[in-house]
Amino acid sequence: MTDTKLFMQHDAIHDLVEGMARVLRHRLQDRGFDDPAMIGIHTGGVWIAEQLHRLLGIRDPLGQLDISFYRDDFTRIGMNPKVRPSAIDFEVEDRHIILVDDVVQSGRTIRAALNEIFDYGRPASVTLVTLIERSGRELPIQPDVSGLRPPLEPQEHIRLNGPAPLSLEIGRSHTHRHQETQD
Amino acid sequence: MANQNQDLQLDDQGRLRHFLTIDGLGRDLLTEILDTAESFASLPGRPVKKVPLLRGKIITNLFFENSTRTRTTFELAAKLLSADVINFNVSVSATSKGETLLDTLRNLEAMHTDMFVVRHAQSGAAHFIAGQAAPGVSVVNAGDGQHAHPTQAMLDMFTIRKHKGDFTPLRVAIVGDVLHSRVARSQILALNTLGVTEVRVIGPRTLLPGEARAMGVHVYHNLEDGVRDVDVVIMLRLQNERMKGALLPSQHEYFQLYGLTDERLENARPDAIVMHPGPINRGVEMDSAVADGPRSVILQQVSYGIAIRMAVMSMAMQVRTAAASKEEAPA
Repeated sequence: MTDTKLFMQHDAIHDLVEGMARVLRHRLQDRGFDDPAMIGIHTGGVWIAEQLHRLLGIRDPLGQLDISFYRDDFTRIGMNPKVRPSAIDFEVEDRHIILVDDVVQSGRTIRAALNEIFDYGRPASVTLVTLIERSGRELPIQPDVSGLRPPLEPQEHIRLNGPAPLSLEIGRSHTHRHQETQD
Repeated sequence: MANQNQDLQLDDQGRLRHFLTIDGLGRDLLTEILDTAESFASLPGRPVKKVPLLRGKIITNLFFENSTRTRTTFELAAKLLSADVINFNVSVSATSKGETLLDTLRNLEAMHTDMFVVRHAQSGAAHFIAGQAAPGVSVVNAGDGQHAHPTQAMLDMFTIRKHKGDFTPLRVAIVGDVLHSRVARSQILALNTLGVTEVRVIGPRTLLPGEARAMGVHVYHNLEDGVRDVDVVIMLRLQNERMKGALLPSQHEYFQLYGLTDERLENARPDAIVMHPGPINRGVEMDSAVADGPRSVILQQVSYGIAIRMAVMSMAMQVRTAAASKEEAPA
């Protein structure tokens, strides 16, 4: 049982992503990370990454990760029946990687994504970018750049719908579950 | 029989628990297997080909009948899922089957096996083991007698979908020793479940089962007529080792009548593909020119077999662990 309400609409999300692109560009310049490559996590992360990829003018095609085969809760909730193949069409070895997701909550999705990226090669660095940074971390993983930190209670969850138009929705679960890793 | 299979193979949510036969499984589940395999098929292109999905699980290959190729692809599939694999080759006399099978099973369960991959010369052996296995232990049928070989059928379906996309408009011909072939039985069930236009079986009367028409197929005894306008030709291996009694005059004569050659393929659609579950008897079931020719997808079948076995193993294992954790969870 969940009740949901609209939190943010397409244009506002796009403004947020433009702001993230500016911060990210500075961050990369400060650190001297030239010619970075970008990877989005299915599904919401890819939608945000597509916008960032265009705004930053990244040379390599956008990589896409489906972390279903790397999740730590496979033995508890089973497999996502709609697993899509991951597609990274560039060399990961020694590259500066920008990893993009829609929401970071427990941090378990990002842990799984990092493991999968390392199976493609050893990146020079990984910079984490998320649209939403929310409470509920279970692992020591923090985004380098995030669009928004909405104050949410533990039983509330936030969800990105898309791809066009994008909207953010806040729901309230009557039973507490970790939503993030199931998206 | 279908309901019984469903009960044994699926859990109360309709998810795969054991994979024993295509019989009783719906189009949605078969499509889910193909979709999951699609994701696994992309792994060999990566520097690290393994995924950690079944890390910490033990899979036992329980082969009562020799088959290097099938065992190897199951072993590779398990290893690519990061499971640990035990290979257990057992040769038993048919008479001591019942008790020996159960004893073997109990011994291996005591070694904490999570999944058995079973091949046996007796039809129904995998069902028997699935019925006896402890709750939470999955069984995958790697071929039982003349009954079923469901992972072979699914890798054939995967190969067909890769080349043809949609199943609905397809006409598929299965050529050869259908009578002794568990592969053909599983293929016919899978093709009809996935909704192809027509399934044909082609072969001499002595090698086609009496109930062929009841299986939803059209029967042909002439190869040239049978392959007319088909999209897919599946050749079966002549099961020499299974043939008791003189069902055929000679291999040479068989090739004269039912061996696939380029000339005979001319009646099929120009884009028809040719499949064979291997190992091929060149010059018996087909000409080398066909086996090595542009329409042959035989080696792709082998690669796709790994992805299909990964899909089936992970799908069966997810329910295993989900069921186990449900038992542990407080009410």
